[in-house]
Amino acid sequence: MCDTCGCNVTHGNAHLLQPGGKLERTDSGHESVSVLRNLLAENDHTAGHNRQHFDRHGVLAINLMSSPGSGKTALLEATIDALGKELAIAVIEGDLETENDAERIRRHGVKAIQITTGSACHLDAHMVHDALHRLDLGQLDIVFIENVGNLVCPASFDLGQHHNVTLLSVPEGDDKPAKYPVMFRSADLVLLSKSDLLPVLDDFQPSNARRHLQALASSAPIIEISSKTGAGMDAWLHWLLEETAALEHRIGAIDPTTATSMPAP
Amino acid sequence: MHELAVCQALIEQVKLVAHEQHAHRVVEINIDIGPLSGVEAQLLEQAFSIASAGTVADGARLISKTTPVRVNCRSCGQVTDALPTRLICANCGDWQTRVVSGDELLLTTVEVSRNIPTETPPGITEH
Ligand SMILES: Nc1nc2c(ncn2[C@@H]2O[C@H](COP(=O)(O)OP(=O)(O)OP(=O)(O)O)[C@@H](O)[C@H]2O)c(=O)[nH]1
Ligand SMILES: [Mg+2]
Ligand SMILES: [Zn+2]
Ligand SMILES: [Zn+2]
Repeated sequence: MCDTCGCNVTHGNAHLLQPGGKLERTDSGHESVSVLRNLLAENDHTAGHNRQHFDRHGVLAINLMSSPGSGKTALLEATIDALGKELAIAVIEGDLETENDAERIRRHGVKAIQITTGSACHLDAHMVHDALHRLDLGQLDIVFIENVGNLVCPASFDLGQHHNVTLLSVPEGDDKPAKYPVMFRSADLVLLSKSDLLPVLDDFQPSNARRHLQALASSAPIIEISSKTGAGMDAWLHWLLEETAALEHRIGAIDPTTATSMPAP
Repeated sequence: MHELAVCQALIEQVKLVAHEQHAHRVVEINIDIGPLSGVEAQLLEQAFSIASAGTVADGARLISKTTPVRVNCRSCGQVTDALPTRLICANCGDWQTRVVSGDELLLTTVEVSRNIPTETPPGITEH
C-alpha cells in the first residue's frame, strides 16, 4: 500500500488496469481471447509508479548493474565520499544473501536499505517500491539502486530508475557487450571499472568495448574509472551532477499540479 | 533464472483472462518473444510446466513465436533485418538505428474452454 499517492498497486487489483480481451471462436470450438499485453506489464506499472515517487521529490534514481564483483559497491563508497557533503544520497542494495554491501555503505554515513532477494537473481519494481517507502525521499537528492550482480536477469526489469549505469570491469574482458547485448543495450552510461588494471591486463582495449557497444546501436558515453586510484571519478561525478540538474530542470518545467501524471517510459 | 519470474507473471495474466471469460480450462497460450527481450523461450517453456501446475493453465499448450530483429536506420530511414549483437543498418551500414522489432515480450492470445456454452457473450464474433 502506498500512502504517498494513494495508488495501491497490489497483485489483487492489477487487473483493473488492463483492458478486457477480445473474443473469437476457434475451429476447435474454444474461444481465443486476444490480449496483446506485455508479460511484465505489472512490473512496468509499478516501475512507472516508482518513477512518479522519484520525480515528485526531484530525486535522481540510478540503477547500477554489472557482473558480480565488478566494483559497484566500491564505486558507491567512493562516490559517497566525494559527493556526500554536497548531495543527500541513499542506497538500495540488492543481493541474494547477506547485509554486507548495505553495511559497507552505512559506514560512509549514508542510509542503505538491503533487499535480500533469496533465489531471485534480479531486483523487480515491487521490491524497490517496498524499499522506497522506507526512505524519506523528501530529504534526498540521489537514490542509487545496486542491482544483484548479474549481466542477464536484471536487464529485463524496469525499476523506475531514471538511468541505467552498467559497469564493465577490466578483468572481465572487452567483449562483454557483444555477449550480453540486452544488458549493454539498456545502459545509459557504461563505466569501464577497475581501470587501474588496464596496464596489467593489456588485452582489454577500451576501443573494442566501444566498438561492441556501437554494434548494439548504443550511444551511451563510456568512462574509464577506478575506485581504487580515483582516476575517472571527476567525469563520473560530473555526469551525476549534470543529470541531477537536468532532472530538476525537467521537474521544474512541469506544473506541480500535473507532476503526478505518468512520465514517459 | 528470471524466466521463472516472467513465467509467474504470464500465469497471473492468463488466470485473469480465464477468470474474466468464466473459463474452466486454458487450452493454449500464445506469446511473442524477441531475441532482445532477455528471455529465453526454452527456459520459459520449462518454467511453465512447473509454474502452471495446479492452476487453470495446467496442461495448456504454450506456443512462443520468435519475432525477427529489425532496425530502423536514423540515417537512411530504411528498415532492415539485423542480428541481436549487430544492430547495424543493412542498407547503409550506419550504427545509429532504432530497434523496431525483436525486443517484445508479449502475451498475444489465450485460448480457453468453458463449462457450459450458454448464450453468446458480449464481444464474440461468430463465423
Ligand atoms: N583494482 C581494483 N579493484 C577494485 C576496484 N573496485 C573494486 N575492486 C575490488 O573488486 C572486488 C569487488 O568489489 P565490489 O565493490 O564488492 O563489487 P560489487 O560489484 O559490488 O560486487 P557484488 O555486489 O558482489 O556483485 C573487491 O575486492 C574490490 O576491492 C578498482 O577500481 N580497482
Ligand atoms: Mg556490491
Ligand atoms: Zn508507492
Ligand atoms: Zn541506413
